[in-house]
Amino acid sequence: MLRYVTLKVGRALFVVWAAFTVTFVLLFVLPANPVDLLFDPAEINSIPAEVRERVAENYGFNKPVILQYLDRLGHALTGDFGNSVQSGRPVVTAITDVLPSTLVLAAAALVLAVLIAFGIALVATATRRPWLRDLVEAWPSGAVSVPVFLSGILMLQIFSFRLGWFPSFGDDGWRSLILPLVTLAVPVAGPIAQLLVRSFRTEFAAGYVTTSWAKGATRSGIIVRDVFRNAALPALTIAGVTFGNLIAGSVITETVFARKGIGRMTQTAINTLDVPLVAGIVVLVAATFALINLIVDLICPVLDPRLRAALTAGAPA
Amino acid sequence: MIARRPFLLLSWLVVLVAVGWAIAPGLFTSFDPLSGDSAASFAPPSAEHWFGTDRLGRDLFARSVHGARTTLTATLLAVLIAFGLGAVVGLAAGFAGGVVDTAIMRVVDVFLAIPSLLLAMVVVSVLGYSTHNIALAVGISSIASFARVMRSQVLTVVNQDYVKAAYGLGVGRFAVMWRHVVPNSLSSVVALAALEVGAGVLAVASLGFLGYGAPPPQPEWGLLVAEGRDYVAVHPWASILPGLALAAVVIATHRISTSFRREAGR
Repeated sequence: MLRYVTLKVGRALFVVWAAFTVTFVLLFVLPANPVDLLFDPAEINSIPAEVRERVAENYGFNKPVILQYLDRLGHALTGDFGNSVQSGRPVVTAITDVLPSTLVLAAAALVLAVLIAFGIALVATATRRPWLRDLVEAWPSGAVSVPVFLSGILMLQIFSFRLGWFPSFGDDGWRSLILPLVTLAVPVAGPIAQLLVRSFRTEFAAGYVTTSWAKGATRSGIIVRDVFRNAALPALTIAGVTFGNLIAGSVITETVFARKGIGRMTQTAINTLDVPLVAGIVVLVAATFALINLIVDLICPVLDPRLRAALTAGAPA
Repeated sequence: MIARRPFLLLSWLVVLVAVGWAIAPGLFTSFDPLSGDSAASFAPPSAEHWFGTDRLGRDLFARSVHGARTTLTATLLAVLIAFGLGAVVGLAAGFAGGVVDTAIMRVVDVFLAIPSLLLAMVVVSVLGYSTHNIALAVGISSIASFARVMRSQVLTVVNQDYVKAAYGLGVGRFAVMWRHVVPNSLSSVVALAALEVGAGVLAVASLGFLGYGAPPPQPEWGLLVAEGRDYVAVHPWASILPGLALAAVVIATHRISTSFRREAGR
């Protein structure tokens, strides 16, 4: 058991370190002249050589790559990712400033997405009408097929400009949260719903369900009491993917609805080639991803007795 | 068989039309996608201008038709990159096994930990903004998922009896790999590639929408939606109609890839 935990924690730490290294290589080593990335491409030719020299000095680009790397790694370990080129503020402060706004949006969207996904899986399993089942099961692949920027614009058009129910942009109060929230939740719900529909179907055909039928249980009784618990567990395995979808979705959603947040900041940081900020965001996202997968790996054995038995029996994890 | 599944038939039709747009845009529209009559700006959809016109009076249907080439070529390139490199990496990991496998798969884990849109954005920012670089970035960001599927297939295949029999007959390691392991592992990777076409169109268009692709006069599906977006309150069709064309193509490719997977599963 202890071996399993150490292995998983070690893997998570490795992913974070490697993500840092990959971003370092991508952003600081691969560009022919990393100093160029720090300036606005439009003004690059008007910048005097001395200024470039001084900037290179400031950022340590004159030092050998390996020293730059160790220097940045050392600082990153103490939570220092350098300063944003655009605002001059520390990267960590810039991120923590906008983080709450994205967290509220993402958390609310996740809750809604999970509710939608369970709703779809329940209807698809519970109904005895084939056309309704087909209709409901077709929904998830449609949900992931419509680009987030299009559904965002459609929502704006219908509920904000035509009906005037919600403000079209900004972030004041819950009313401005509704449209981005639904826009983000729909594509996030798709993959979860697909997985749940499949696992509900598998569990509904399992032996213990036949036993319940034989004991005289009703269809809804079986779904709620037997199938639900067993079928819900696999949804945890795509927690990491779901997080990725939330991040990618929030980049687009926050851009369409002009909300402040990590997604929009990422887009601005990329547009202005704010290298330290981009590096900080990528490492933060990878670290969160690793943490989520670690938590899932650690609680799955707690929730699933079969896994727990395998672990205590010393089977390879 | 296909006649009993009208939606699948419709999906094939949509994809064929989109491919037709990309190959021979001139057959589908006679309007110029790059220049328009600025007196006729923001004309609503009509029999003449099916999708209406934009701010500069350019026919939006023509721009959507011509945009298919940019978006679909980039998608094809991205899927080919991801498929080719992913298959090689997955094959190397699964076939070599041991330390090589562990090392490769830990690296793959890292790429899976960074959401692909974010990774593609970073790659594009390093390479510079252009449609080719978008294709490259989307391709690179999907290598990891292809590698993982290929590896798991290879691991199943190398334990099959016919592979052991080939070894028993004295066939060399690489000959076994080439003649038995590769062909038998590829089917699921091909199924993934079909699915990835839809996701690829979405990724390419998303990056185009964010402004990392073709420079503005060029038509590209994501960029078309972005251009129309500023006027969405007054002239909604300018962004919504090109966007719906894009969504129709993605939904159609999803439907087709599902039918592929069902065939493969049989």
